[in-house]
Amino acid sequence: MSSAGSIDDLSVRIFPPDGYVFQIEYDAEALQNNGSVVGIKCKDGIVMGVEKLKASKMMLSDSVHRRTVMAVAGLGADGARIFARAKSEAAKYENMFSEPIPVKELVERVASYVHLYTLHWLCRPFGCGVILGGYYGDEPELYMIEPSGISYRYYGAAIGKGKQAAKTHIEKLKLSDMTCREGVLEVAKIIYKVHDEAKDKGFELELSWVCNESERIYQKIPDELLEEAKSAARLPSRKTLITKRPVELPFY
Amino acid sequence: MDTTLQDLNAPHSMGTTIIGVTYNGGVILGADSRTSTGMYVANRASDKITQLTDNVYVCRSGSAADSQIVSDYVRYFLHQHTIQLGQPSTVKVAANLVRLLSYGNKNMLQTGIIVGGWDKYEGGKIYGVPLGGTLVEAPFAIGGSGSSYLYGFFDQVWKEGMTKEEAEQLVVKAVSLAIARDGASGGVVRTVVINSDGVTRNFYPGDTLPLWHEELEPHNSLLDILNAQGQSPEPMNI
Repeated sequence: MSSAGSIDDLSVRIFPPDGYVFQIEYDAEALQNNGSVVGIKCKDGIVMGVEKLKASKMMLSDSVHRRTVMAVAGLGADGARIFARAKSEAAKYENMFSEPIPVKELVERVASYVHLYTLHWLCRPFGCGVILGGYYGDEPELYMIEPSGISYRYYGAAIGKGKQAAKTHIEKLKLSDMTCREGVLEVAKIIYKVHDEAKDKGFELELSWVCNESERIYQKIPDELLEEAKSAARLPSRKTLITKRPVELPFY
Repeated sequence: MDTTLQDLNAPHSMGTTIIGVTYNGGVILGADSRTSTGMYVANRASDKITQLTDNVYVCRSGSAADSQIVSDYVRYFLHQHTIQLGQPSTVKVAANLVRLLSYGNKNMLQTGIIVGGWDKYEGGKIYGVPLGGTLVEAPFAIGGSGSSYLYGFFDQVWKEGMTKEEAEQLVVKAVSLAIARDGASGGVVRTVVINSDGVTRNFYPGDTLPLWHEELEPHNSLLDILNAQGQSPEPMNI
């Protein structure tokens, strides 16, 4: 039997006797040190929220393609690499087939790219998790790709520091009945709830969506909705008001 | 003679008439059936309408070899695409693949292709990919050497939203007009109807086609005449 700290965890190319490739497990730890990312699938689209810690290595939630939204949590430089690859895959596909890349197709390609780096002794795996969503076709789709390269489709997903708590909150939501407008408020509340005020002073909330309201195109949510979401999120807990930014009055 | 020998070695070309029209509910592709090597008709009953997927067909014109190769490649890519997508490819995707190959190899290829099909997003669609590799989406498209004689005809007769029967009659009439005037087109008329219900192939033998100005009526061959009279000619005993 092997254990963490023995010789078996030194490299991705070493397969310990109990079949537990430690490098990939350690990889997931990289995500725990960075801000949270939450994504949910509402009945008319996808909403994604990012907790951008001040001076953190968190990646922007950005558009890979006008019809998808992708957020990467973890090491920033690794994340930029994944973004670039995803953009390139989307562009090549559209060039060849003259239609936007289906979300499932894009996820498969990004996931196999991430997985590739867990196979070679020359490279270390990506220290990033990816949440990818899009509304192309009949239904909105949300996927999560872990650093091991595995990907699944989700109703709601979270990665990063507060992911356990976030997942609990997401599970309480009735997503199949929720519109994206309502979803935006919920995601904001969740991120505020899981934000650890003691360890990280202050953060910036970034929200974006791909939904019917945005005509199924990636969009950073409109400013008034963002303000409404922030206010709604700050309501219940007085703890989160202790930030370095000016205090806003609760909105009724 | 010299000319006949040259003909036999000339590349197979499909001096052709090909047509694709949209109607209310789908598309109809039509073509003649003559493949010529110079003056010699290499195949008088060829099938110029080729299947790419269950719901997308192409009409081929120009060099027979070039158009076959392009169709084969596109069929291969579309097959992969269908597997990845988990549902039938759209006509637009098929047409784009044809265009990429035609334009990318324009120096070496000599083929004009009409892509036609039906998908659940756009319905019946026709795309023309002529010699240089442009991609043109249009309610109808004509191609091949025989199409020169049909531009005026379509200008007058074409209308949007025809029924399936009207559209098929139009296609058969047009191909037969072109056959009458173009030496490189002839034989039979084949049509393929593609709509939400599926695909139907139709066949119109050359002697059932309407006759136009100065065309002679078809005669039965001597064999048919003798058979009808009850005298079946015996082969010579040598």
